[in-house]
Amino acid sequence: MSERTYVDIEAELTDQPINFDEDICLAENVVYIKPQTLIDVPMHYCPGCGHSTAHKILMEVVDEMGIQEEIIGVAPVGCSVFAYHYMNVDMQEAAHGRACAVATGIKRIMPEKYVFTYQGDGDLAAIGTAETVHAANRGENILVVFINNGIYGMTSGQMAPTTLPGMVTTTSPYGRDVKTQGYPLYISNLLANLPGVAYVSRHSVHTPNNVRKAKKSIAKALEYQKQGLGFCMVEIVTNCPSNWKMTPKQSNQFVEEKMIPFYPLGDIKVPEGK
Amino acid sequence: MGDLKLMKGNEALSEAMIRAGCDAYFGYPITPQSEVLEYLAREASARTGMVVLQAESEVAAINMIYGAAGAGRRVMTTSSSPGISLMQEGLSYIASAELPCLLANVVRGGPGLGTIQPSQADYFQSVKGGGHGDYKLIVLAPSSVQEMVDFVKLGFELGEKYRNPVMILTDGAIGQMMEKVVLFEQMPRKTEFPDWATTGKKPGKDRNYITSLHIQSEKMEEINLRLQAKYKEIEKNEIRYQTVNLEDAEYVFTGFGLVARICIKAMEMARAKGYKVGVIRPITVFPFPTQVYADVAPQLKGILDVEMNAGQMVEDVRLSVNGATKVEFYGRMGGMIPSPEEILENFERIYIKGETK
Amino acid sequence: MAKVMGEIIIDIERCKGCELCFDACPKEAIQLSDTINSKGYQFAIKVNDLCNGCASCALVCPDAVITVYRKVDKTKRPVKVIEIED
Repeated sequence: MSERTYVDIEAELTDQPINFDEDICLAENVVYIKPQTLIDVPMHYCPGCGHSTAHKILMEVVDEMGIQEEIIGVAPVGCSVFAYHYMNVDMQEAAHGRACAVATGIKRIMPEKYVFTYQGDGDLAAIGTAETVHAANRGENILVVFINNGIYGMTSGQMAPTTLPGMVTTTSPYGRDVKTQGYPLYISNLLANLPGVAYVSRHSVHTPNNVRKAKKSIAKALEYQKQGLGFCMVEIVTNCPSNWKMTPKQSNQFVEEKMIPFYPLGDIKVPEGK
Repeated sequence: MGDLKLMKGNEALSEAMIRAGCDAYFGYPITPQSEVLEYLAREASARTGMVVLQAESEVAAINMIYGAAGAGRRVMTTSSSPGISLMQEGLSYIASAELPCLLANVVRGGPGLGTIQPSQADYFQSVKGGGHGDYKLIVLAPSSVQEMVDFVKLGFELGEKYRNPVMILTDGAIGQMMEKVVLFEQMPRKTEFPDWATTGKKPGKDRNYITSLHIQSEKMEEINLRLQAKYKEIEKNEIRYQTVNLEDAEYVFTGFGLVARICIKAMEMARAKGYKVGVIRPITVFPFPTQVYADVAPQLKGILDVEMNAGQMVEDVRLSVNGATKVEFYGRMGGMIPSPEEILENFERIYIKGETK
Repeated sequence: MAKVMGEIIIDIERCKGCELCFDACPKEAIQLSDTINSKGYQFAIKVNDLCNGCASCALVCPDAVITVYRKVDKTKRPVKVIEIED
């Protein structure tokens, strides 16, 4: 890390003195700072990508629960394939779609540890559907953070199982035709029906309030894991500005106007008595 | 001194797994090796606390192996040919991430759904990599129920020594037949795990991560070179084979696994008829015992390679002798086992009468 | 009357200029810079002194580049506006 402070760099770049109130910028006054468990490197995600926000809140929860040394993560294949470069916890990189199986292997031999997978829609709900459904059905005591942006980001914009009807992608160039290309998969609702599943909740990270809620939900899920309640999934409906061919702002608007009405936010299943 | 028991190959393998202090088994039923999961489900957990889980598929099973092996545990899975094909994806990742694990392929006849009878048609898949990318498994080929037991222990040791997946390449006949076996004493399960294992970040140390992804070509080439150097090291140190009557041999019968036993019987019958025949049996089929063939080739009039496939190991035998002697092949397929008489008859046809098919 | 004073520090080298913090900020205190950082992105800068440390910008910031401070001052202070030159 550079020894220069942010203030120095900004002053150099803007070529003018920056007015920071030193009376306020004191450690005791910090209300938000990057979580320590998020490794201090630039993330490869596109500007405005919800993956980064999801990484951030997941690591905030790990920080706040103080479980950095007790948690093992499983990274997927997709845009978040490099999640282990950003999360400062022990991690394994799974084959495409197999994260829940890998997590099962880890959790079964170390039931005392926290285990999470971080998966996108293609990984979790297309190629990895079997692994996801069966891990859920066995009630594997793991947390699945499911990022749903309705598109394949890493391979540059192909149709995902969760692509909205009529939505244009590189493999549904005339819009997803449900008659020939199938319907969007409500994987969270599907999993919520299984008795092994303890908690399923859907959130977004496009506004400050939604970020807060999503974070709370992840914290809850890890708490349930500690109590051994079973399979927990937090779905995060988010954006893909680059492959939706939108600015980050427009993409968040699309999340608000199109994605959320189709994938309504909130708890889908909560443990009994919670 | 261990226990002497009469056991079925698959059950002996399972018993050896428990006794070797195996931490976890993830598998899926498939004939002719379903006894493994059944035996472990009955015995393992109560005796050593070993994790035994029936996965939803071989694809899931091998990835559970990846997860548990990544946490530094002693793990094993077993399957038979179609299931092993499904595991190839996971094996490629395991080999690339250099995770030790043990698997057994109780081979049945293919291709496709094939048959449930014994075969050796997965030789290429086992010794030449099997999945995508340049990698090798260490492959042990038992020819008796006793070796099913011994190779479990050896397999775990080799896997952990080289951080490499190890395969026991056996077949439906050895898996199903009963023989007497001497079982080794129960070993304790590991309580300490390697530095690289993902068991939770250690205070004051960097996190561990297990991956097979190195997007920069320079880095990926470096990983490949390291893997190849490791395979060279394995070829240098771990070759195992058995020879019988090579000293005065003019001909050699060669085969691996079950067929090697039949070759020895055929050799005895040939000797009784006055033919000076020896036997070479590779025990490790990767690393392949190239040198033993090369050394004996100049004194030979020919080698008869016998396999339960269309001729797979014969390619490695030919590469080993490099033209120094003739190498002919006789094989049965689709679950058929060659008899000693058949081998002798074909030996005489090819090498004594000089007939070709 | 107590005044809540906030301050943000933006790690402009890590900022990708996605502008998501602009809308999140209730005080319109953040705008895009005219200059670019070493990665070639225009970055977020603070443009007025109205920040009350609500941390909304930091919450939505995907790259966690914003650190937020808040101080409750018992003495009333006048609002100070920094003028940014073009």
